[in-house]
Amino acid sequence: MIQIEDLHKSYQMGKNSLHVLKGINFNVAEGELVSIMGSSGSGKSTLLNILGMLDEADEGSYTLDNVRIKNLNEKIAARYRNKFLGFIFQSFNLINYKSAIDNVAMPLYYQGMKRNERMDKAMHYLEKVGLGPWSDHRPSELSGGQKQRVAIARALASDPKVLLADEPTGALDTKTSYEVMDLIQGINDEGKTILVVTHEEDIAHMTKRIVNLKDGVIIDDSRVEQVRALDHV
Amino acid sequence: MFDVERWQEIFETIRMNKLRTFLTGLSVASGIFILVILLGFSTGLQKGIRSQFERDATNRISVRTGVTTKGYKGQNPGRRIHLHLDDYQDVGRKYDQDLEYRSPTYPIWGGQITYKNQTGNYRVEGAYPDQQYIENESMVSGRFLNNTDVSGVEKVVVLGNKVKNDLFKKENALGQMVSIFGINFKVVGTYSDPGGDREESRVFIPLSTAQRAFNAGDTIRSMAYTVMMDGNFDKAVERSAALVTHIEKELKSKYNVAPDDRSAVRVYGTLEEAKKIYTLNDTIRAVFWFVGIGTIIAGVVGVSNIMLIIVKERTKEIGVRKAVGATPASIIGMVLQESIFITSIAGFLGLFLGVGLLQLISPMVNSDFIKFPQVDFETSIITVVILIVAGAVAGFIPANRAAHIKPIDALRDE
Repeated sequence: MIQIEDLHKSYQMGKNSLHVLKGINFNVAEGELVSIMGSSGSGKSTLLNILGMLDEADEGSYTLDNVRIKNLNEKIAARYRNKFLGFIFQSFNLINYKSAIDNVAMPLYYQGMKRNERMDKAMHYLEKVGLGPWSDHRPSELSGGQKQRVAIARALASDPKVLLADEPTGALDTKTSYEVMDLIQGINDEGKTILVVTHEEDIAHMTKRIVNLKDGVIIDDSRVEQVRALDHV
Repeated sequence: MFDVERWQEIFETIRMNKLRTFLTGLSVASGIFILVILLGFSTGLQKGIRSQFERDATNRISVRTGVTTKGYKGQNPGRRIHLHLDDYQDVGRKYDQDLEYRSPTYPIWGGQITYKNQTGNYRVEGAYPDQQYIENESMVSGRFLNNTDVSGVEKVVVLGNKVKNDLFKKENALGQMVSIFGINFKVVGTYSDPGGDREESRVFIPLSTAQRAFNAGDTIRSMAYTVMMDGNFDKAVERSAALVTHIEKELKSKYNVAPDDRSAVRVYGTLEEAKKIYTLNDTIRAVFWFVGIGTIIAGVVGVSNIMLIIVKERTKEIGVRKAVGATPASIIGMVLQESIFITSIAGFLGLFLGVGLLQLISPMVNSDFIKFPQVDFETSIITVVILIVAGAVAGFIPANRAAHIKPIDALRDE
């Protein structure tokens, strides 16, 4: 699903150049649930941004679902993000003046889907994350866990190839974190490819494979025995 | 544009920032309001000035004579200069190409006119048929003088509306006989004049008849012409000025009048004056537009400012939208639409208030120089176009900035 070869990325900080990614090679097959770990400054967020087409690499190649991602203009990047990717953020990033269902329907809106169809589909995904009855609530009326569920429903709504989760449990307490991880595992069980950036060991062990980043290179990439989140709830 | 979601969002942002939107709207609304009022008054001014000139044809040239004030070539001052019919014919012949209408006149002031037991004093003017166009009269009934009247020395009269109303009240005047200085004249027509009562309290009779009735021989009191208006306005003004100079010079030399004697021979071209006033009028209008547009620009800058703040506040949201697939074009559309919406609503409010106020006070404003200020349909349309353009301009910079927000920067957790 994802092929990355010799990826380099540096940032210009004034006169100094900061080399963040120093040749990353890694592949993700369809249906994998991978966690990317590393301390802050290890380059894991940069990697995720490049995977998410929010940023572009200086060197190396990135192929997503057999499409070479290179030299994107903003318009094409927007279309690819909409078609291929679903984002889950640490701080949820829901639009606070829109109801849960409107938030979920937003990617579909940008796909140009008709309103009725859009609302149907959004409702379906809200129900899938167990928030059917909260569809008319605004984010401010939801708990942190519920917000993240809405965000997950939103990420799923456009039926993307890959879900990218940036510290999805970073703002949640342990119990809620495990509930969210349970949901993510469930989605993965259905065959969706998911990448999770985290610095929490327990969360990482709930995925099937851990990639460890340090100073811009992968120092470890190994499959692990998946811990089911449900066992801890 | 007709997207329910888009509108919901706009209303949502407006609802969340009531005061700010209100203040922004106020600046745009007052800008348009002031522009409309200014334009209304500029139209009023224009109408007032125009009505001053419409009494007579704008391109008129009048030739009058009086008493000499300076001695010249051995002649003493105080000599009265009389024009003669051949002076009129000379000018007509010589400048035939430059003249449109022409008429010699022989007016008597305070002529007593009687119909049955109604009597009044009016100006009685002997003239040629062309005088109708020179004086800018339009017929209410019947006809003006014609050539047969003049050549036949007919005793016919054309009454001004006021004279007709004074003497005949509601009665039909056509075909009736009125007595002027005891001579019976047949009424052949009545006219109205844009100059109003003053210009309508005159009657016209054939010049030949007037000369005979008042024992004038072949003398005339004045000559009236209009300048040919073909070609452009400036050419006509030049032509008028040249005619004025030449006619004055020739008459003065013919009657041995000092070239700098301003009283004995007076030739006056309205067109040059009209041009000056019209130019002044255009200048005033331009200044009004300038001031009005200036206030609108102030309003637009306000809207632009607000939109910039809104964009800044919504940076994160815009980042999210881009992450889930919003194209730059759709973001620009969103901000522009909001900006145009706010400017339009506020602007229309200002427009309606302005037009409403003008409608209200317009009937009360009727002085010589400002008459019934109001804005015409065309001006309203122009203001509306200005509004929409202003909204788009106001929204453009913020929209562009929004479109260039990088989702990666917007979404970075602080």
